[in-house]
Amino acid sequence: MTSEEIREVIIDILTDIAPDEELGDLKDDVAFRDQLELDSMDFLDIVMELRKRYRVQVPEEDYGELASMQSTVAYLEPKMQDLEKA
Amino acid sequence: MPRDFLKGASGEYDVIVIGSGLAGLTSANALARSGHRVLLLEQHYKLGGMATWFKRPGGHIFDVSLHGFPIGMVKSCRRYWTREIADSIVQLKHVRFDNPMFSLTTLYNREDFTRLLTGQFGVSQERVEAFFEAARGMNFYDEQQQTVGEFFEKFFPGRGDIVRLLMEPITYANGSTLEDPAITYGIVFSNFMSKGVFTFQGGTDRLIQLMHEDLIRSGVDVRIRADVEQIHVERGRVAGVTVNGRFIKARAVVSNANIKTTILKLAGRENFTPEYVAETESIRLNNSSTQVYMALKPDERVDESTGDLLFSSTAPSFQTDLLLSRDITSRTFSFYYPRTRPEGKPRCLIVSSTNAQYEDWINLSDEDYQASKDDLIETTLESLDRYVPGVRKKLDHVEAATPRTFRHYTRHAQGSSFGTKFEGLAVSRSLPAQVQGLFHAGSVGIIMSGWLGAINYGVIVANEVDALLLSKSTTPVG
Repeated sequence: MTSEEIREVIIDILTDIAPDEELGDLKDDVAFRDQLELDSMDFLDIVMELRKRYRVQVPEEDYGELASMQSTVAYLEPKMQDLEKA
Repeated sequence: MPRDFLKGASGEYDVIVIGSGLAGLTSANALARSGHRVLLLEQHYKLGGMATWFKRPGGHIFDVSLHGFPIGMVKSCRRYWTREIADSIVQLKHVRFDNPMFSLTTLYNREDFTRLLTGQFGVSQERVEAFFEAARGMNFYDEQQQTVGEFFEKFFPGRGDIVRLLMEPITYANGSTLEDPAITYGIVFSNFMSKGVFTFQGGTDRLIQLMHEDLIRSGVDVRIRADVEQIHVERGRVAGVTVNGRFIKARAVVSNANIKTTILKLAGRENFTPEYVAETESIRLNNSSTQVYMALKPDERVDESTGDLLFSSTAPSFQTDLLLSRDITSRTFSFYYPRTRPEGKPRCLIVSSTNAQYEDWINLSDEDYQASKDDLIETTLESLDRYVPGVRKKLDHVEAATPRTFRHYTRHAQGSSFGTKFEGLAVSRSLPAQVQGLFHAGSVGIIMSGWLGAINYGVIVANEVDALLLSKSTTPVG
């Protein structure tokens, strides 16, 4: 998967998690929490969806890497580069 | 021959969940939805743990712990349960306080509390804002030196009346006190303040029924009257459980039993490091409760202006030890109007709750115990008469529950109705590091208590179990 595809995967997951949020204006370099109404359970849902959909494991000590879109994509790139987008 | 409650059960599962409190139920459901074979074992004949109810002649259904939860419940139920469950959550709009310091009714959200604090209580807008932001910014991993009492003192020095307004409902919700870490307060209070207090339309019986149906849909093997005697550990790994005398193998076990019971009794201390056992032993259980359940005659009604939740006290000030004292001055009344169960028989019920110490109830002789229960009922009715005049004449049924009652039904150590104090969370979280495949999900650490805390903790733990099972299936071990 390319970084652009990983970004699409995250947007896809966020659409399910926060159906009322406008994700078109999301700024990649700004923390999700400063733009969206996300709580810690929402971040857990992102982790669970990544495992369910792509078998990608994000250990708890790495949850901080999911702060913004930019950091999330950078963190997931090495883990997802060999996967095909579903 | 006694009935075999495990008839047809398999000899092996991916996950066995012990206990069907809201954390156990939610863990089981999430794991089955992820494709694991899940066995759910409940010792009682009903699912739900403390999320329970009971029926009495005359069409009365009493809810034991359905008092009110934060809005977060809608999202959690929609995601980890069903849309139907989430859509049944409705707001309780009349939260009332009546004590020697003040009397008021509120929506119990940030907007309305700001109005009260800046108006009736005369605090500046800036101070109120700063208080809400500080509470909202707290995380469970923050430093724990500051107590709830110190936190209040920082923003509202010398204002016992404000402390009472801010603390009484939270003490009622999770048994916490002014001496507990401030973060436990900040997290729970902010959850409520975001939108107010909510309840489940249809009552606890309907909620648990809907959850049971969803568990079956998800493929969970659900067993009641299934009493787990032992969690088996072999070479540092969980191997299975003995239930009703039968061994069943499992790759992972999630215990929704009390954390101390799980480690010290079900698994056995020999399977843990001495430091961990010592830490477990030092966990303080939260206090228990007494409750008085009152049902009005079928044609009697309570005026809805009486409130949904009423925090009533005759104590001149708010003090933790007074709340736990046998000499009761503070009671919380939950009023259930016919709208609680729109499809059931129209009834009005009132449940009075007071936090209580287990020690005060457990050593009484049978005679003294009965007398104490009678006294509890009498004094409660006396107190309620101020809000529902002539309540004695309107009653169809009344009975009391004590820490002994809670222990009997839930098997909680010391009849604890709110899990453990804060330190229980760290022990619960680190259980899998002691025994691979053994997890705990249940009411711990104050923040993981209550209906929402329990459900969310069930999801958090299910996520870890799923990660372990997945890593095991991709890289075979042993």
